[in-house]
Amino acid sequence: MKFTKLAATLAAAMLCASQAHAQIEIQWWHSMTGANNTGVNELATRFNASQKEYKIVPVFKGSYPESMTAAIAAFRAGNPPHILQVFEVGTATMMAAKGAIVPVAKVMADAKEKFDPKEYLPTVTGYYSDSKGNMLSYPFNSSTVVFYVNKDAFKKAGLDGEKAPKTWKEFNAAAEKLKAAGFDCVYTTGWPAWMHIENFSSWHNVPIGTKQNGMNGFDTEFRINSPLHVRHVAMLGDMAKKGLFTYSGRRNEGEARFASGECPMMTSSTGAQGTVSRTAKFAWSVNFIPYHDDVKGAPQNSIIGGASLWVMAKKPAADYKGVAKFFSFLSSPEIQMFWHTSTGYVPITKAAYELTKKSGFYEKNPGYELAVRQLTNKAPTENSKGLRFGNYVQGREVIEEEMESVFAGKKDAKTAMNDAVKRGNDILRKFEAANK
Amino acid sequence: MEKRVVFRSAWLPYALVAPQIAVTIVFFFWPAVQAGWYSFQLQDAFGERTQFVGLANFAALFNDPNYLHSFKVTALFSVLVAGSGIAISLLLAAMADRVIRGALAYRTLLIWPYAVAPAVAGVLWLFLFAPSIGIVTFALRAVGIQWDWVLQGDQAMALVVIAATWKQISYNFLFFLAGLQSIPKSLIEAAAIDGAGPGRRFWTIVFPLLSPTAFFLLVVNVVYAFFETFGVIDATTQGGPAGATQILVYKVYYDGVKAADLGGSSAQSVILMGIVIALTVVQFRYVERKVQY
Repeated sequence: MKFTKLAATLAAAMLCASQAHAQIEIQWWHSMTGANNTGVNELATRFNASQKEYKIVPVFKGSYPESMTAAIAAFRAGNPPHILQVFEVGTATMMAAKGAIVPVAKVMADAKEKFDPKEYLPTVTGYYSDSKGNMLSYPFNSSTVVFYVNKDAFKKAGLDGEKAPKTWKEFNAAAEKLKAAGFDCVYTTGWPAWMHIENFSSWHNVPIGTKQNGMNGFDTEFRINSPLHVRHVAMLGDMAKKGLFTYSGRRNEGEARFASGECPMMTSSTGAQGTVSRTAKFAWSVNFIPYHDDVKGAPQNSIIGGASLWVMAKKPAADYKGVAKFFSFLSSPEIQMFWHTSTGYVPITKAAYELTKKSGFYEKNPGYELAVRQLTNKAPTENSKGLRFGNYVQGREVIEEEMESVFAGKKDAKTAMNDAVKRGNDILRKFEAANK
Repeated sequence: MEKRVVFRSAWLPYALVAPQIAVTIVFFFWPAVQAGWYSFQLQDAFGERTQFVGLANFAALFNDPNYLHSFKVTALFSVLVAGSGIAISLLLAAMADRVIRGALAYRTLLIWPYAVAPAVAGVLWLFLFAPSIGIVTFALRAVGIQWDWVLQGDQAMALVVIAATWKQISYNFLFFLAGLQSIPKSLIEAAAIDGAGPGRRFWTIVFPLLSPTAFFLLVVNVVYAFFETFGVIDATTQGGPAGATQILVYKVYYDGVKAADLGGSSAQSVILMGIVIALTVVQFRYVERKVQY
């Protein structure tokens, strides 16, 4: 009995192996954890079930920087994965590696897969396209930064929980009241540079750097020491001093403090909604991020964060057809809706957005739609399309270091932002030299 | 009488040390030479374009005030880690040496932390000292100390020093305890009969006899503080806030592994290598003279 079972298993395994051999395997390295990881595996399973020629094999390779490092090492060793998920700050590095990647537009064209960039949300595709509008990487998981409000805390402080502050002026007034109501931590943020420099700039339609935020060439320079930037960082420093702003760290550490009820206001990724809805024991809402109402044209639109899928070079030509097929599959409205509603990342095509709307999902989950509305608030300008700075992993860290010194009261905002620009530009020049 | 082993064969001694030398070459010299070579180059992340840039990487480093700041941070950090690590473990070892009842239990407990990986140690302290949920934070708030290492550089430094030292105390303790136990009891008893108190006995007899151990631990602890503590830092402060805990080795790791800046990172590791070699030479030439074997 045991023997037959074993034999059957063996036979089944061999059958599977021989089948897998006939298929073309496509390696997909990603950095998705938790519910997002489940989503990735589900996407692969559905695609593999939909056809027989190709088999997508998702492999979790650690955090974003880790999987990128792993892919760089694999490429140097001559055996990169087919598809690599790269976070937004790595975009310029990937783009510059012309021999290491194949632009998605080319992959689709070579495979003769139907592909129309106009079907996608412009704020999403703009971020990952070259200056001529060719899509370089496939926008897979895109989020943006939104403003979370603890409605119960607002009520406790005598504020209207249904009316979240729209401008920074209103925001400060509300913060004072919350402080007076006894909150030690009034406001905190996740991803400080992404929120208060990158999205702040696009939301107010001011450049982060020259050359269309670096999209038009590596000879770009930071412009984040403009009077408006300095004023905003100084305001945050001032709020920190008054106890109206509590700094939590460079990543999403602040999210737990909002979800626990410690801090009644927070700006962070749309991706925090899952955590907040699981843990928060209070009524809360998701809103547009505040703006300075004396800035002309504000609010413009926010920009995305998250990651995109890059197709790596040096793979057998036949494999790329499978990659193209997989991307077409990912773009279908049903699949997009599945990904959007199960992870909180924004849908990347207009059709998927409409489909989700029609399904009635947004009535129960208004926060999911708000992100899309904020991203498409106005047609993106060259200041709000996105950004592309070389070695921005280091660049963003420099900006965050300088902001920290303002929040800690060690530097004034003007000096700090000037230093950030100077140090950031050094990094940009080095990148430019290395990628000539 | 000749105690040394004499090999008659010409090749046998070489064959016997060959594996050791091979390991050293492959795992130590080769990477070191490669780092040296990369430090003169400017490379893109994927290694498609490589330029020889001479000393440009080094020049860029020494023109960067933040890199120079990171020297100061490293000096402070290693003095604190090595100093407090050795002092505390010596105290603990001296105490444990006197204990008679339950000595084994004490020793075992004191040695335990050594089995904890640096990253785990970091996370452990991170939880205890977390700005909003940490137990220690709570206690500190209760006595009126605003604990917020996410923004306060001094507190962040205190946190990483505590985590890094805690991890190393067991190791030091082990050596000190062994050193203490190898000191002949008769010497101490003789001193006691002559009327020397415990403090005097310690400083005039025990400590000089422990000096070889202390010297060895000094070298080991400095190397530990320079190189092995990056796991602790990566798990807690990641060099922040505003570079307050950015020690040299962490910057090497960050620039090389996370930011894919191979040239800059290699130049830093060459400098770091130079510093540690120089420090070790100094220790052996000057500090060792005071050691009584």
